[in-house]
Amino acid sequence: MSSDILIVDNVTKRFGGLTANADISFSIKEGEIIGLIGPNGAGKSTLFNCISCFYNADGGRIVFKGQEITRKDPESICRMGIGRTFQIVRTFKDMNVLENIMIGAFLRNPKRKDAQARSEEVAGVFRFTDKLYLKATSLTISEQKRLEVARVFATGPKVMLLDEMMAGLNIHEIKESVELVLRLREMGITLVLVEHVMEGIMPIANRIVVLDYGEKIAEGTPDEVVNNEKVIEAYFGKKYAKRRENKTRIQ
Amino acid sequence: MKKGLFVFILFMCILAAVPLFLGDPFVCHILIMTMMYATMSIGWNVIGGYAGQVSFGNAAFFGVGAYTTAILLVNFSVNPWLGMLAGCVLSVGLAVVVGYPCFRLRGHYFAIATIAVGEIMVVIFTNWDYVGAAVGIYMPILEESFTNFEFHSSKIPYYYIILCMLVFAIAVSYIVEESRLGYYLRAIKDDPDGARSLGIDIQKYKMIAFSISAVLTSICGTFYGQYVLYIHPSSTMDLMMSIHLCIIALIGGIGKLFGPVIGAFVFIPLMELTRVYLGSEGQGIDMIIYSLLVIMIAIWRPQGLWALFSRGDK
Amino acid sequence: MEGVFTQTLVSGILIGFIYALIAVGLTMIFGMMDIVNFAHGEYLMVAMYFAYWFFVLFGMDPLFSLPLVTVLLFLLGVITYYIFIRPIISAPMLSQIFVTFGILILLRGVAQYLWNADYRMIPQTLTSGNVSIFGVYTGVSQLIAAAGAVICNGLIFWFLKSTKLGMALEAVSEDKEAARLMGINSDRMFALAWGIGIATVGVAGGLLSSFYYVFPEVGSNFCLMAFVVVALGGFGSVPGAFIAGIIVGLVEVLSGYLIAPSLKFMFVLFLYLGVVFIRPQGFMGRK
Repeated sequence: MSSDILIVDNVTKRFGGLTANADISFSIKEGEIIGLIGPNGAGKSTLFNCISCFYNADGGRIVFKGQEITRKDPESICRMGIGRTFQIVRTFKDMNVLENIMIGAFLRNPKRKDAQARSEEVAGVFRFTDKLYLKATSLTISEQKRLEVARVFATGPKVMLLDEMMAGLNIHEIKESVELVLRLREMGITLVLVEHVMEGIMPIANRIVVLDYGEKIAEGTPDEVVNNEKVIEAYFGKKYAKRRENKTRIQ
Repeated sequence: MKKGLFVFILFMCILAAVPLFLGDPFVCHILIMTMMYATMSIGWNVIGGYAGQVSFGNAAFFGVGAYTTAILLVNFSVNPWLGMLAGCVLSVGLAVVVGYPCFRLRGHYFAIATIAVGEIMVVIFTNWDYVGAAVGIYMPILEESFTNFEFHSSKIPYYYIILCMLVFAIAVSYIVEESRLGYYLRAIKDDPDGARSLGIDIQKYKMIAFSISAVLTSICGTFYGQYVLYIHPSSTMDLMMSIHLCIIALIGGIGKLFGPVIGAFVFIPLMELTRVYLGSEGQGIDMIIYSLLVIMIAIWRPQGLWALFSRGDK
Repeated sequence: MEGVFTQTLVSGILIGFIYALIAVGLTMIFGMMDIVNFAHGEYLMVAMYFAYWFFVLFGMDPLFSLPLVTVLLFLLGVITYYIFIRPIISAPMLSQIFVTFGILILLRGVAQYLWNADYRMIPQTLTSGNVSIFGVYTGVSQLIAAAGAVICNGLIFWFLKSTKLGMALEAVSEDKEAARLMGINSDRMFALAWGIGIATVGVAGGLLSSFYYVFPEVGSNFCLMAFVVVALGGFGSVPGAFIAGIIVGLVEVLSGYLIAPSLKFMFVLFLYLGVVFIRPQGFMGRK
């Protein structure tokens, strides 16, 4: 229990009559990569927003490093060491790459000079060194997503929540993202990834949490999860699951 | 930036030298008004330009500055320079009281709320007998001196005082722009949620920006009161004045250090000259001219005239 | 004493209908394209001057010139859209604000140039005089204006809910993309919204001109009232605007009656602040 850096405990979030998250619980150990998957509308982004306190959960608790953070606000969460990215790229449009990273770096380096030096370092890690003075909007989508990660990284997080960083990327770019994620883990960052791209997340995740209709339907290693009946049903429908079940029985 | 600094120093030197060659009180008056509006518009730019929170209520700070100084001087014989400080304190107080609830509002709601606050101030001051209600306040005529902040024989001392205020405002704005605050404000303007996700307390930084804005506007209020020696609600807190501050920044370049300065040097002389040369039968023409200018800039050149000078930069 | 109170209530409701009518155009335009028309009150002023002109030049009573004023304002709205609004439809909010503010100053400038700053009034109209209904006295003009406002509001509501064109307008304000896929030309719809939005304020101006002074700044207070109404009723909601109009009218006259007439405007502005702080989407707004 002591090595759990982030605990999601019975988190519930409702929007009017709709329950987007129902009693979701799981915990994350330091240095893990956790994949959060599920069909569209399963409540992954809502859960992300609850953890990063963009929404406040209606029920349950979220505990980070032994401290309850359920009702805090996004800015304090970031200061405590949880950084997040957004599903739709949200780089600062009127700023260049360096300035984008500096906004993150200022959190731990109030002096402009220090922030700039730190940002140049971070830019090196994320392979932006030769693009420092380009406008963020002139980058490709893949680069913009990477910039967003770099920006969050510059705030010095312990846990990073990355929302669909591989969506819409080509195979080559996905490979790059995977390498990036592994590199972040090497640097001691715990990662939670919401993903649709299975080939990206499955090989690197220590554990996968699967949501469907706002509920957690499975949790386990990638192998366990792909063979879980409920997961297959959620993704491919009942009929397919039945057929598959029959097939395995015959075999 | 080196080149920019050079141009800036050159420009300030020219401004400082103008009274040596041009003694004409009318020219002097126009330049004083121009510099005063430039200072206030720089103030507006800190909240409206850098932070993107369009305030249509900044004239309220002008009013608070002018009235605080006047009341302290008339009723308690407090020196206007101290009155200026008191005005700043009260203006910051007002900025905090107004900003706290208003900054939770986004976009149009915020803009309209600032109009409402400004208009409420006008109603209060027009009906408040202690501050002279609709009639306003006349300053006592004191011996002319720098300490008394009153000069009767020449406008030139006022000219240099407002020039100093302008330099002060530019310096403040420059420091804001180059510091963490400036970066954060730009981030807040660009994407408030993105900014929050990076640990920025957006309420706090908006408040700081609004307070700076309030101070820069408030000192101009004090200056105006001492310059004209008569203030009343519609000369110190009219909605149109707030709008002019935004328009000046727009013309010069919103969110740019020298934008408001350029804007003021285009807008105020244009206004004053059309008003004088077109006379009463040309009433309204000045408004038509500058409204068309505003519309054209907003549609085609939202970066303002500053963009003409700095094509190379960024 | 009780008579005066009833009298006050009635006058509040009557003026509230007019506020509602002014606000309807504002809320329609906002609901459709997310643009706040800060010049809305200036169109009211233009309409009032048109009515005044028709009276001075042709001796037409405001009641008869009303259709003409409405048509003129409709055209003015459409022209405004094509010249000023279309270029900034997807521009940053700042540009949008400045363009509509620019229009505000432009129209005021034109009014000052053409008519100077004097207060003008149509001296004698067909509807001058007072009537007493159930013991409550009211000006005939006010009564007719309020009735006209109610009818016009009703027509707008009926138009949006029951005609094909009106439903197309609503569809565009719900979802531009979906409306486009259904073959609705959103550009034309925007133009129509500006036409109708400004025409309604034209009706209000025409009706007001029979009992209210005209001067270049006449629009500003009405416009602020309309903002309060729109905020209270919910940005984009037509029925919301109607009810909110009455509330604002009542708050205005009651605070004037109970506290002080010179402060009544302040209370209405406080009402705005109260509403947006507590419930920014308005009391009947969607979302």
